[in-house]
Amino acid sequence: MLQIRSLRKSFDGFLAVKEANLSVNPGEVVAVIGPNGAGKTTLFNLVSGQIRPDAGSIRFKGEDICGLRPHQLCRKGMSRSFQIVKIFSRMSVFENVQTAVISRMKKTSNLFIPAHNIAVKETEAILEAMGLIDKRDSICGLLSHGDQKVLEMAISLGSDPQLLILDEPTAGMSGEETARAIDLMKHLSRQRGLTILFCEHDVELVFSFADRIMVMQQGSTITQGTPDQVRNDPQVKKAYLGSHD
Amino acid sequence: MISGVFGKKSLPLVVLFLVGLIFLPYAAPRFYIYLASVILVTGLLATSLNLVLGYGGLYQFHHAVFYGIGAYTTALMLTKTSLPTWVAFASAPVAAAFFGLLIGLICARLSSLHFGMLQISLGSLIWAIVYRWYDFTGGDDGIHGIPVPEAMSATTSSYYFILAITTLCLLLMFIIIKSPFGRILQALRDNPERCEAIGVNITRHRIIAMVIAALFAGAAGSLFVILEGSVFPELLSWTLSLEILIMCLLGGWFTFFGPMLGACLIISMRTFAGNYTEYWTLILGLMMMLTIFFLPKGVFGFINQLFSSKAPDLPLEESSHVAD
Repeated sequence: MLQIRSLRKSFDGFLAVKEANLSVNPGEVVAVIGPNGAGKTTLFNLVSGQIRPDAGSIRFKGEDICGLRPHQLCRKGMSRSFQIVKIFSRMSVFENVQTAVISRMKKTSNLFIPAHNIAVKETEAILEAMGLIDKRDSICGLLSHGDQKVLEMAISLGSDPQLLILDEPTAGMSGEETARAIDLMKHLSRQRGLTILFCEHDVELVFSFADRIMVMQQGSTITQGTPDQVRNDPQVKKAYLGSHD
Repeated sequence: MISGVFGKKSLPLVVLFLVGLIFLPYAAPRFYIYLASVILVTGLLATSLNLVLGYGGLYQFHHAVFYGIGAYTTALMLTKTSLPTWVAFASAPVAAAFFGLLIGLICARLSSLHFGMLQISLGSLIWAIVYRWYDFTGGDDGIHGIPVPEAMSATTSSYYFILAITTLCLLLMFIIIKSPFGRILQALRDNPERCEAIGVNITRHRIIAMVIAALFAGAAGSLFVILEGSVFPELLSWTLSLEILIMCLLGGWFTFFGPMLGACLIISMRTFAGNYTEYWTLILGLMMMLTIFFLPKGVFGFINQLFSSKAPDLPLEESSHVAD
């Protein structure tokens, strides 16, 4: 579904991503791990069109998507959440998700019908699935951080993506909230058959959940493989997991 | 939705207010009817600015340009062509919308303050052209004695015409704000990056918003011609832009009727305090400071807050404006 080859990006001479390679097959859950500053977020921003790569190729469903804007990528079936919460903070939880659904239905230029009763069922179904239905009418700027992160995911689902990209979906969450978020991701992957690409700090969590793992260090891909392969990779052991084994 | 004062409960209030305005000419002397007309026209202009400012989050610092363009279009059509009167009035919003598109195409890619600065410069450019082009626009003299039909220009009949058009425009703007287009516009204000990530072409959306705002500003401009029978370059001046910006902030820029209320407060104050001192702007400045300190959401925003417990009083920018 997604193939990344020799991707490179530098900011003012600093090579944030040097040599990133990644492949994601349909239906898979793929995790990207790596220490702080390994270039995970930059990689995700490159994939979702927030920034343009200097070199390399990104192919999504067989099509070269380098240089496409985020909104075009969203239309192609790729949706993402952000590490730092980005939600429509003055709107209610319901309106946040509904806005994404409205956008997906290509009704954004409609000037004369009321927005509030468009796609109510669909929006409620998403909120139900994400366990946000009882917070339906709260102003989302006032939600707890954990709920805001879950709302991020819910907004991404509003775009009905085939590939869901989650940038540190559990960052800043309590243990309990993390468990809940992981449950949700498992649910999305199994029940909806979504392909998920995410990055995460908590290594144990990644190993328990991902189908395949890509390890990054200093902007480069060290290896990509199943949890077992990665666990036993000598390079990974040396670079990243040394202290764990 | 943001600060929902205009829910089902407040609809009767709005209707009541409108009925009051309809019967105003029977109760008030001519001067007050004229004053009400000025407030309506300026309030319409301020509301059209708020469409992009409060709802769209665009720092449109020089909005009066579109007002001036509307007024000049009507004035020029009435004085220099023999086209029917309605064409002169209908072409004002169209011309303003065209300039809105032009300036939008140039500015919309820029963010926040850069957008505002470029918008001021382009607006001032148009002002300078109007100010200097004596043959066409009358230069700094403006155009006087515009032949507005008698049936429209008398105080009471012009008041009713202005009231009708203003009500219509406000209604349209309200519908637009509640539409999917308006929803996305507010989403764009709250978080442009997220908005782009859900598949919105934000540049295009901003340009359309600017065109719509310019359209209504142009309509307000043509109403000014009915009211005053003359146009002058001050209509496109940066000071007027600032004044309507203050109206939005004072009245409450996250509310629909805030700008209208702001226009009412400022124009009344100018009229009445202006009787006693020519330094009435001093009072305005003081009021503005107090507003910013004590009513950061404006007068209407404050009233909303009193009546709905739902409205949050925390600054909500935090989550959306933290740099990645």
